[in-house]
Amino acid sequence: MKLGLVIDLDTCVGCHACGTACKQWNTSGTIGPLSDERPYEKDPSGSWLNRIRTYEVGDSPHSKTVNMPMSCMHCEDAACVTVCPTGASYKREEDGIVLIDQDKCMGCNLCSWACPYGARELDPNSGTMKKCTLCVDRIYDEQLPEAERQPACVLTCPTSSRVFGDFDDPDSQVSKLSRQRAGQQLMPELGYNPVNTYLPPRNPKQQDQIKVSAVQGIKQLVNRIINR
Amino acid sequence: MTQRQDLPQFEDHSKQEHRYTTCYMCACRCGIKVTVEDEKIRFVQGNPDHPVNKGVLCAKGNSAIMKQLSPAKLTQPMLRKPGTERGAGEFEPISWDAALDMLTARLANIRATDPKKLAYFTGRDQMQALTGLWASQFGTINWAAHGGFCSVNMAAAGLYTMGHSFWEFGDPDWENTKYFMMWGVAEDHASNPIKLGLKRIKERGAKFVAVNPVRTGYQAIADEWISITPGTDGMFALSMVQVLLREGLIDDEFLIRYTNAPQLVINNPGKQGDGLLLRDAEGNPQIWDQHTSGVQSALSPDVAPALLGEYEAPCGTPVRTAFSILMEKYMAPEYAPEAAAQVCGISADDIQRIALEMAHVAFKETITIDTQWTDWAGREQSQFIGRPVSMHAMRGISAHSNGFQTCRAIHLLQVILGTIDCPGGHLAKPPFPKHIVPPIKPAKGNAPNTPLESAPLGFPTQPEDLVIDENGQPRRIDKAYSWDAPIANHGLMHMVISNAVAGDPYPIDTLMLFMANMAWNSSMNTAQTMDMLRAKDHNGDYKIPFIVTCDAFHSETVNFSDLVLPDTTFLERYDTISMLDRPISEIDAACDSIRQPILAIDRDVRSWQEVMVDLAGRLKFPAFTNDEGQPKYQDYKDFIVNFERAPGIGFLAGWRGKNGEKSLRGEPNPNQWQAYKDNQCFFKFDLEPNQKYMRHANKDYMELAKEAGWVGSTDQIVIELYSETLQKFRLAGQGLYDGPQPTQKHHQERLKTYFDPLPFYYAPLEQQRTDAKEYPFYAVNQRPMFMYHSWDSQNSWLRQIMSQNYLYMHRSKGEALGIKDFGWAWIESHNGRIRAQVKLMEGVNPETVWTWNAIGKQQGAWGLSDDANESQQGFLMNHLINELLPGENEAGGQRMTNSDPITGQAAWYDLRVKITPVSDNDDELAGQNLSWPRFDKVKPLPNFTPATKMSSYSSHPNINLSRGWRDIFSRGEK
Repeated sequence: MKLGLVIDLDTCVGCHACGTACKQWNTSGTIGPLSDERPYEKDPSGSWLNRIRTYEVGDSPHSKTVNMPMSCMHCEDAACVTVCPTGASYKREEDGIVLIDQDKCMGCNLCSWACPYGARELDPNSGTMKKCTLCVDRIYDEQLPEAERQPACVLTCPTSSRVFGDFDDPDSQVSKLSRQRAGQQLMPELGYNPVNTYLPPRNPKQQDQIKVSAVQGIKQLVNRIINR
Repeated sequence: MTQRQDLPQFEDHSKQEHRYTTCYMCACRCGIKVTVEDEKIRFVQGNPDHPVNKGVLCAKGNSAIMKQLSPAKLTQPMLRKPGTERGAGEFEPISWDAALDMLTARLANIRATDPKKLAYFTGRDQMQALTGLWASQFGTINWAAHGGFCSVNMAAAGLYTMGHSFWEFGDPDWENTKYFMMWGVAEDHASNPIKLGLKRIKERGAKFVAVNPVRTGYQAIADEWISITPGTDGMFALSMVQVLLREGLIDDEFLIRYTNAPQLVINNPGKQGDGLLLRDAEGNPQIWDQHTSGVQSALSPDVAPALLGEYEAPCGTPVRTAFSILMEKYMAPEYAPEAAAQVCGISADDIQRIALEMAHVAFKETITIDTQWTDWAGREQSQFIGRPVSMHAMRGISAHSNGFQTCRAIHLLQVILGTIDCPGGHLAKPPFPKHIVPPIKPAKGNAPNTPLESAPLGFPTQPEDLVIDENGQPRRIDKAYSWDAPIANHGLMHMVISNAVAGDPYPIDTLMLFMANMAWNSSMNTAQTMDMLRAKDHNGDYKIPFIVTCDAFHSETVNFSDLVLPDTTFLERYDTISMLDRPISEIDAACDSIRQPILAIDRDVRSWQEVMVDLAGRLKFPAFTNDEGQPKYQDYKDFIVNFERAPGIGFLAGWRGKNGEKSLRGEPNPNQWQAYKDNQCFFKFDLEPNQKYMRHANKDYMELAKEAGWVGSTDQIVIELYSETLQKFRLAGQGLYDGPQPTQKHHQERLKTYFDPLPFYYAPLEQQRTDAKEYPFYAVNQRPMFMYHSWDSQNSWLRQIMSQNYLYMHRSKGEALGIKDFGWAWIESHNGRIRAQVKLMEGVNPETVWTWNAIGKQQGAWGLSDDANESQQGFLMNHLINELLPGENEAGGQRMTNSDPITGQAAWYDLRVKITPVSDNDDELAGQNLSWPRFDKVKPLPNFTPATKMSSYSSHPNINLSRGWRDIFSRGEK
């Protein structure tokens, strides 16, 4: 299995629901707590596993606003795992999820320097590294209702812009969406082979796609016999 | 996925419990499922079965844990320390008994002498059915909720035009619409339903056009972004109306059958009765029947009304159809696309193209749903015809002083395309549509120890309905329903403090505020409002003698209170989102819901609802006491279940009847509350297929609505494109009305100008009085999707997303002014100036600057530390806005309210500003990263515990996933 996410940039409105759902689940999850430093002071800063960035691409009048959620890509060739000196970071053979064993992490930061996606954040309290687990404790937890065995970010996304599934299965929704919508890897040139896939914004509906009604002319506006 | 053997048992669910309730992180009212363990919240998730959010949840709802843990939570009742000044922030704890005894004595005295001396105004609450009833039983006309400074223009324009409205009373038909236009929607209102809807239309390939000066949030995913000049949406809409009229692209069948477009209007300029509808002896409006070539009742089913034409009534009165007036008005050159382009900043080609695109979808991509239904006249119909163009509009329309007429202009556009309550169009949500308008008149006066004869708020249809005295002066403290704002259906909360302090129209005794931050972001002119709250008369007494604040959190307003009553959080209380108020209905179902306590209360607080019911018993309100004068209801839950507004009609519509067997109407059911809990805290009553569309003229639906008490009769709801109500007020301004008329010239001018029975565009009032050369930029506020007004800066997760707001402006303008990204600037209006940090961007109308609303906080408030970004760099634009209009003293030496002249809606977005970069030479804060104005620090409350420097929340010891040594070593070889 190759588990990961498809993220639809055509419909992401940048609402941050996925970010806080992730924080909420995982602070009591396998990787948590996700600590917050100076929570009510200047420059509050905590560890998050999923952040939403908003960019403007291009200059007006041809600019475009893009909302871009970013979390661990669960790379097939994960440099963060390679560089880990303690073996705390690992990629599971059976499903490809990249995890960090909190008991073995010594907080050296090598992995976060190796990750080009900024997906790893050092917890300011525990001093250990935190990252997306694909909610491994949701997707495999048979105590949860079957429909809820999804990552928290996917469950909550109000525009269903996040889809979870197995990229090894050509019939999975993530595989289909990637094919149909020309899914893109982020920075594939770096060679880490990220699993998470982004669906690019669709071209705005072209003006000529909606027909402009044929001109009927003012003379059409006369009284017709229409019964109430 | 099945549990893999190599994974451990995850968290122990045996100690967890799932409890359902209704979210209150914003006004969206989503259903939530809360997992609780050890009385701590494990997880808050959207309820998949809930009609509003269908399982999803926004950033706010997902951060409810941190709202519950906010250090800003009030913990006990407090009294301003005797001998200290109001606003100094010195409080001492007081017991609930003492607090309620004190308040009861004060209120009983007011009630026994002059009940209007209590002004009771509430913020973003969802219990107006209770607070309004309470005020009405108290006997004060001085009650309203926050609608007057939020979006009364949208509600009023909708209810006076088509009997429902945008947002709470209607929604686009997301499943069927093919063309969706969103006007002025600032990212909340609504939250999850809009997002769910946008996904649906994008999935289906419908076109999404966003009209907004700022391209953030929803705008970012629109197929087309219209970067409109703020406040000119009415011109844009009406210019499109001209294009459609010019091309004959209108739904004349819809207009004739369902609107008053063919009704005959008296054409007697300068004479009494001009512009009113021609009516027969029974009062029925008339049409020109093409079968009989004569005048007939407009309500008759057997006529073929002429849409166009000038005629003579049997009495000899010259008349013409409303639609003829409409044609004449909108075919005028001022509404031509070329002229409109100059006003709106949208090219004439785009105006024309978008109008024609919508017409194409409406008329060439019509959809039909085959269903037998019965129309208002009892005629069987075989299908619903859908014109799949839909719209949604919100505060970008409403928060202008031309918002009522602008919203009416948008509705006009919808109506002439025939897109109202049809498949793919804009659909009402039960209990709407209602007849135009609901037959509730605002209460006019009050007497000691006597409930009001009517509700404090209602729907005027003529000058006789105004709440004015025999001299034409306002009776309400906010001057709602006076000549200043005749159709002020939600009151003018933004005027209350200013008027009370001025003693205009009279001084009050007690101001009671519930969850409204009137000393900060909910008031215009914040600094002066603080001064007003502190103002004393020549005897040294406060001009507002007593201020009671009920809030769950340490807002800036708490600091200005004499008595502070601490509320619970939404997770600790009973509540209802009632059919009598603003329910959670969907387009095809009547729905309501409850809140139940999820967590036990761990401090000395009470929910305001409980306190209201308690006070009502203590004050012996008739509706709350039995024949012996004893309190009738044990608590709020008891009240919700057992109170009946009319026989069989109460706060909750589900599981009524002795055994819970009845829906919508039935006697109280002692087990109703449990039934709601068993059904995940909501009730959903699905409409039948024949009741889902054309409900304004659908007998199958109207019979149900009448039985449920939603409407008073099954008569057709005739859409009022032409508003006779407005014309009556205009006649009063012209001195041609047979009834109350204003005596002051400025009132006459306002009525003549703005009470046009057909929607029209005019420049917002503040802009009419502001030199555009001196103040070249429009300035507006937007709301981030992850914050609800001022509420979420106390939320340690959400403030990590944003703890400082910036002034956003177009890059080209910033460069021209020499302002760099993150540079500081002075922003100045007619009312004052602020210092703010600037961010440059592309996706904004170049003539417009904007910021995020209510991020800025007063130092010391909301449980934040003294160095928090919100108070050091954050800022409010409110300082630049005055509750009074600038310029000439038009009202006999007084300035007029900065509000819509029809509805009194606060005109937040009419502001114009100039911007200058901060100069190191003349800036007192030179070199400092500080916003201005700066205020004294709010003192900590008694027993306040500062938050820790580090927060690591978990509801249980976390279960680490261990990697085995074998795996480490074997994988290392690869």
